Amino acid sequence: MQPLLALVDCNNFYVSCERVFRPDLIGKPVAVLSNNDGCIVARSQEVKDLGVKMGVPVFQVQNLVNKHNIQLFSSNYSLYADFSARVMSLLEEFAPSLEVYSIDEAFLDLTGVYPCQKDPIAYGHRIRRAVFRATGIPVCVGMGPTKTLAKLANFAAKKWKNTGGVLDLSEPVRREKLMRIVPVGEVWGIGSRTAAKLNQLGINTVWDLATQPSKRMQAQLTIVVARTVMELNGIPCLELEEITPNKQQIVCSRSFSRRLTEYQELSEALAEFCTRAAEKLRQQHSVTGCITVFIRTNPFNPKEPQYQRAASVKLDAATQDTRAIIATANRMLKALFRIGYGYQKCGVQLSHIQPESSPGQMELFDFADNSLPTESRPLMKIVDQINRRFPRAISVAATGFDKTWKSKSERISPHYTTDWRELVGVK
Amino acid sequence: MTTTSFTVLLPTPCPRVLPLPLFSGKVAAGFPSPADDYVEKTLDLNELLIQKPAATFFVRAQGESMLGAGIHPNDILVVDRSIEPVPGKIVICSLNGELTVKRLERDNERWKLKAENPAYADIVIYEALELVIWGVVTNVIHPL
Repeated sequence: MQPLLALVDCNNFYVSCERVFRPDLIGKPVAVLSNNDGCIVARSQEVKDLGVKMGVPVFQVQNLVNKHNIQLFSSNYSLYADFSARVMSLLEEFAPSLEVYSIDEAFLDLTGVYPCQKDPIAYGHRIRRAVFRATGIPVCVGMGPTKTLAKLANFAAKKWKNTGGVLDLSEPVRREKLMRIVPVGEVWGIGSRTAAKLNQLGINTVWDLATQPSKRMQAQLTIVVARTVMELNGIPCLELEEITPNKQQIVCSRSFSRRLTEYQELSEALAEFCTRAAEKLRQQHSVTGCITVFIRTNPFNPKEPQYQRAASVKLDAATQDTRAIIATANRMLKALFRIGYGYQKCGVQLSHIQPESSPGQMELFDFADNSLPTESRPLMKIVDQINRRFPRAISVAATGFDKTWKSKSERISPHYTTDWRELVGVK
Repeated sequence: MTTTSFTVLLPTPCPRVLPLPLFSGKVAAGFPSPADDYVEKTLDLNELLIQKPAATFFVRAQGESMLGAGIHPNDILVVDRSIEPVPGKIVICSLNGELTVKRLERDNERWKLKAENPAYADIVIYEALELVIWGVVTNVIHPL
């Protein structure tokens, strides 16, 4: 039986979420901003048509925003996460197995799904209708015998309106037609640098790549490109990953609403990021063996004096204790901090992550050089339990009380689906 | 280095679940409650009010146009977007971009949005009107 995979991807996901409770914005230009309201991270079709690029700082397109009355929203992650969970749970009804690939896309294994075998296109439209009806979120469905082909089909379904938002690339004839007109850089897994290298080799379209011997690609480029060639020819190399693997790296960082100049402020912010990172670490039952801290000024403002530094330290014993992570991070911050700069961002990264139960992990030890009490997993467990029930009830004192550095989110929409006080009103 | 982190929430649209125990008898020390064998589950209001969690939303009623249907200002309406909006149902719809709650009616070939309050006129649907049915109201939560 020929395998059949589908990639279901939400159209302009963040914007679509904002529009569900604001039907007046349908057909109007809408964009969503990054943390701290700095850059444009999601655009409605109308905004894309105005030539506003993904990721541009808002101030660079302020004229267009004013002229076309582009509606701007701060990121409302609790809203997007709620809609994502709804979409994913609806998709589960259509396939025996599913891989949540990102907040707004999922791979579905439709191999042998009877109603789909009879008419894959009709099945794709059923998925679209069901998701749109239940959530108001428009999606496109791309299908093919491999993940890479499903991704490519989805790209084409989004780009060409006459597909009706559903495309199946199971037929080699249809594949060739499409591949001959799509640039190679649009293929899943081919980044801009690889695309440039391929162009140098005279490989410009997806078809050029698909007709290469995969052996040659492996020799001249990488195994990843070789695998992509096989996938483009309908030979599956990438499996559906139903279980999200534990993260090998946990990063927590933010831009500040204003420049921080004092060590104390920076240290309090860093302590908060450490707290979040440590929580994530414990959520996946892991310990970290390496902590990295970085600080930087605003690179978008060349008039300010620029400074950026990072430092890492390997721990003698891996830990998951918030207090140990904060103490270590702070020691590094002390070494990195220079007075006389306006810091715009700082963050912490945990790496060398291992399961908490892995052999050689000491349950208890003294981190004497920090003059802290003995690492206590039971204590952290109880803190996590309390904080789950009463968000942010307990925090390490180092995080401070003054949170004026917190990211700006001045244009955030109501938490329509997660706060009883912010439900949408109907007349 | 930048990062965005998402907490994927569980697909329950109601963030506060209040399990009410079916029986609650004091346990006498040493003797198990004779009712213990009968405690099978707790009652969950979600189960009563929500058929399809992924399609269910809560909205808040404003104004008095639906008083006759038992919808008072500030009541919370349970809305299921997956239910077919057939005539007779109370629906949430977007009328020229504004969300409104009315009863969907049809007489002869004409669709109407009917208020359940004589002080409000019916809205006859004609082509120039931008109308999208948003969902079907299944329950009203009205505090006394």
